[in-house]
Amino acid sequence: MAEKSSAKTAEVGTKANTPGKEVPVNKQNKFKYTLHMMRLNIGCYGLLAPFMILFTVFTIIPVIISLPLGFTNFNMVQFPKFVGLSNFYTLFLNDDIFMIAVKNTLVFAIFTGPFSYVLSFFLAWLINEMHPKLKTFFTFVFYAPSMTPSVYIIWQLFLSGDSYGFINSILMDLGFINAPIQWLTDTNYILGVVIVVQLWISMGAGFLALRAGFQNIDRSMYEAGAIEGIRNRWQELFLITVPSMGPQLLFAAVMQISAAFTVGVVGQSLVGLPSTDYAAHTIMNHATDYGSIRYEMGYACAICFILFAAMLLCNKLVTWLLDKYLD
Amino acid sequence: MAKNKKKDINDLKVKDKRKRTSGNIGGDICIFIFLCLLGIFMVFPLYYAIIQSFKPIEELFVFPPKLYVLRPTMRNYSDMFKVASSLWVPLSRYIFNSAFITVVISVANIFVCCCAAFPLAKCKFPGCVVINKIIVTALLFTSSAMWIVQFLVMAVLGMIDTYWALILPNVATSLGLFLMRQSMTTIHDSMIEAAKVDGAGLFRICWTIVIPNSKPALMTLLIFAFQGAWNIQGGALIYSEELKTLPTIMNQIAASGIARQGVTFATAVILMIPPLLVFLIAQNNVMETMANSGIKD
Repeated sequence: MAEKSSAKTAEVGTKANTPGKEVPVNKQNKFKYTLHMMRLNIGCYGLLAPFMILFTVFTIIPVIISLPLGFTNFNMVQFPKFVGLSNFYTLFLNDDIFMIAVKNTLVFAIFTGPFSYVLSFFLAWLINEMHPKLKTFFTFVFYAPSMTPSVYIIWQLFLSGDSYGFINSILMDLGFINAPIQWLTDTNYILGVVIVVQLWISMGAGFLALRAGFQNIDRSMYEAGAIEGIRNRWQELFLITVPSMGPQLLFAAVMQISAAFTVGVVGQSLVGLPSTDYAAHTIMNHATDYGSIRYEMGYACAICFILFAAMLLCNKLVTWLLDKYLD
Repeated sequence: MAKNKKKDINDLKVKDKRKRTSGNIGGDICIFIFLCLLGIFMVFPLYYAIIQSFKPIEELFVFPPKLYVLRPTMRNYSDMFKVASSLWVPLSRYIFNSAFITVVISVANIFVCCCAAFPLAKCKFPGCVVINKIIVTALLFTSSAMWIVQFLVMAVLGMIDTYWALILPNVATSLGLFLMRQSMTTIHDSMIEAAKVDGAGLFRICWTIVIPNSKPALMTLLIFAFQGAWNIQGGALIYSEELKTLPTIMNQIAASGIARQGVTFATAVILMIPPLLVFLIAQNNVMETMANSGIKD
């Protein structure tokens, strides 16, 4: 694991820091030793402090309070009222829309998770095989969609339901359809449309990390590989590249998980909240619905907590799968 | 660390260009064609938006739509400013809001993440393993996943409807810290030790040795920070008109139907330009640093 390696490297560092001041470790003065080490590394804490304060307030606390608040009835005005497990009961047993949301989220997760992960890995690899100038160009081309804030405006006009929408007019011109299709409101198409747009913007942080990973691999490894008899690109990929890209692979996977579970944002901007017949309703949309429209914060927190738990579970799974490449 | 050891052995001479094992020309061409086809799918909507934004009104509604402009015009852009200037708050205020937030977030994010990444990557101190674990786990929890719970915290802190609500949650990103830390762990310990022997303090080592040596990661961080900040839409966090950001207002112009199609495309293009520009600049830098990077023993 990355932690282990960082700890190992730093041992050298602290020793250099404290010549001759080694304190023996045993159970009695373990606490004293920890204090001593903390004093010695006070600079580290100083460097960490600004980050940790903001991080605690805006990431750790929100995630942690989602569980206790999930057990309450909270409307942002009155003090939260404890209602036990009733939010979770309602969620799983009485809320049909939540079940639709879970189903949709899983469908999205398959496309924007594994599918787009493998896609971005292969694209990064193929781009890396190109001439340096072309590398820059292609990286730009594939990354560009994910950074435009005007994605939704563009796609809304692109898929516009009248005959001026680009897709509609092309299809009508070629004679495939007679009347314009309501891409963004017809329940037959909503899910597909959101998946396409999601895939279009999915070459994001994970893709860039993979690109940088390919870039960072020691060139001499390939030379050594050539000497030792590696014959083609595929062998090179699986015998040299993949094993030395463990951290980037895991990072990209985490990014994809995060994107896959929060896919609701795309749908919300594109087909509205709620979408027709909840056809593109995801867990995230459900939480937004209750949190920012109905102000039932307790219920929204319960939904968020379930989302966080699902993400963590996926994360554990991926970490376990990639474990052998991580050291 | 096994990787580093291998590097030591093989680092006799690092070449810029990769020695191809069997990269035949045919394979290269196939890859190139494949990438081009996919690339067309990726850029086509962007291209279409740009083309549409330059079309005069009589060309916009030609059926079927043309993929080129016969008589390009800036009319849509000037119309956009006309629409925007009839708003309650002058357009310059929205531009200022977005620019201000973007600059503050980018600078603060990079500074805070670099400072925190160095001790996590290269020092051993009580708690570092725990913090590392927390950061890795927290990568999952992006703002878009937990804005509802963040909203609660900010309401308690009285930050709703201030710049703070837009800036602070985006400064300490686990993504930024993680990227920096990952790249800093690959830096040779010998360099840091040498600096220590020469009597440099922790902060000095961080800024004069570690950070200049992780320039690619720094540039990547800049891209992410800038792009994230530029895309921020106030949402429920901001309700005062004079604090709203440019994307919020542009989306409102586009969605409310005040504007015609050409104007909407013009707004889309205007919003799209700054992040693309920053990426181009930073990306070239990354390539440059990559060519010069690597320790030559």
